[in-house]
Amino acid sequence: MAVQLEFLKSILYFSALDLAELESIRKLIFEKIADRAEMVLLEGESAENLYFVASGVVKVFKTSVEGKEQILSIVRPGESFNDVSIFDDGPNPASVRTMGPVLLYGIKKSHMEAILRDHPQIALNVIKVLARRVRHLLSLVEDLSFKHVIGRVAKILLEHIGGEMGRGPGLTQQEMAAMAGTAREVVGRSLKELEEAGAIKLDRHRIIIRDKEALQKIMEVSS
Amino acid sequence: MVEMPVIEPQKCDGCGLCVGVCHCNALAIVNNVITIIKTVECDWCTDCEAVCLTGAISCRFEIIIEES
Repeated sequence: MAVQLEFLKSILYFSALDLAELESIRKLIFEKIADRAEMVLLEGESAENLYFVASGVVKVFKTSVEGKEQILSIVRPGESFNDVSIFDDGPNPASVRTMGPVLLYGIKKSHMEAILRDHPQIALNVIKVLARRVRHLLSLVEDLSFKHVIGRVAKILLEHIGGEMGRGPGLTQQEMAAMAGTAREVVGRSLKELEEAGAIKLDRHRIIIRDKEALQKIMEVSS
Repeated sequence: MVEMPVIEPQKCDGCGLCVGVCHCNALAIVNNVITIIKTVECDWCTDCEAVCLTGAISCRFEIIIEES
C-alpha cells in the first residue's frame, strides 16, 4: 500500500511542507502492520524509529515492577509516538501496544535527523508536538502525585450506588474522571487498585461494592 | 437481556476506531454510523469508549452492593 501524500500532509510534523517536499519524505517512510494486542515498542529498549499511526489505535503505557500498567496516552491516526527517544538518543521511555489491527508509518531515526536538516521549517511543528506531549504528561504527573484520585473515586462509587432494586443510572469511566477532576486513564487504575484492596469487584458492566467500610476508609484517608 | 455499550448515532463521525479495537467483533460501521451487529456478551473492556473522540459510545457501570 502506497503512503498517501494527503495523509502525510495531515500529520502536524509535515503540515508545512509542499507536495514536492512530502514526496521526498515519502521515500523514507516504511510501513509496519501489526495485529491486535501486539507489542510495537518495549520500554527501555533502544529507539530506532519514529512512528505515525496511519490506521487503528495504539496505547502508550508504563508498567511497574508489580506489573501494574499506567496508560500514558492513546495514539490515534495522524498522531506520532516514540518522538522523545528519537530526539534525545535515549531508550524507549514507555511501551506501546496495539489496541486493534494497525498500520504504522515509520521513519528511521537517522532519516528523521536528515529530514530536520533538509526541512528546518518542520522543527517548529516538532516543538509543538513535543510541547503538547509535555503538557499532557505534566497533567498526568499532577493527577498521580498530588491528587488523591483513589479516594475521590471511592467517594463517587459510594454516592452512586443503585437504589433498592440495585439499578442506578450507572457511570462511565469518563464521567467518573470528570467528577474526580482527573483523566480517564487514572480512574481505570484507581478502580483496579480498589479491586486489589478487596473493596470492590469489577464484574463486566457492574462495580460490586464488596466492603463498604473499606471503601469509606479509603475515601476518608485519601480524599 | 445482555447489556451492551450504548451508542448515540448522532454523535458518531464514522471514523471506525472502535471497530478496530473491539475484540469480540460486536461493532461495525453501517451507513457511516457505528452499530452493534452482534449481541454477544462483550467483556466490557471499554476500549471502544476510550478511543472514541466524539463520545458516541458509553460503557456504563452499574454500582451495586454485594449481597451477603
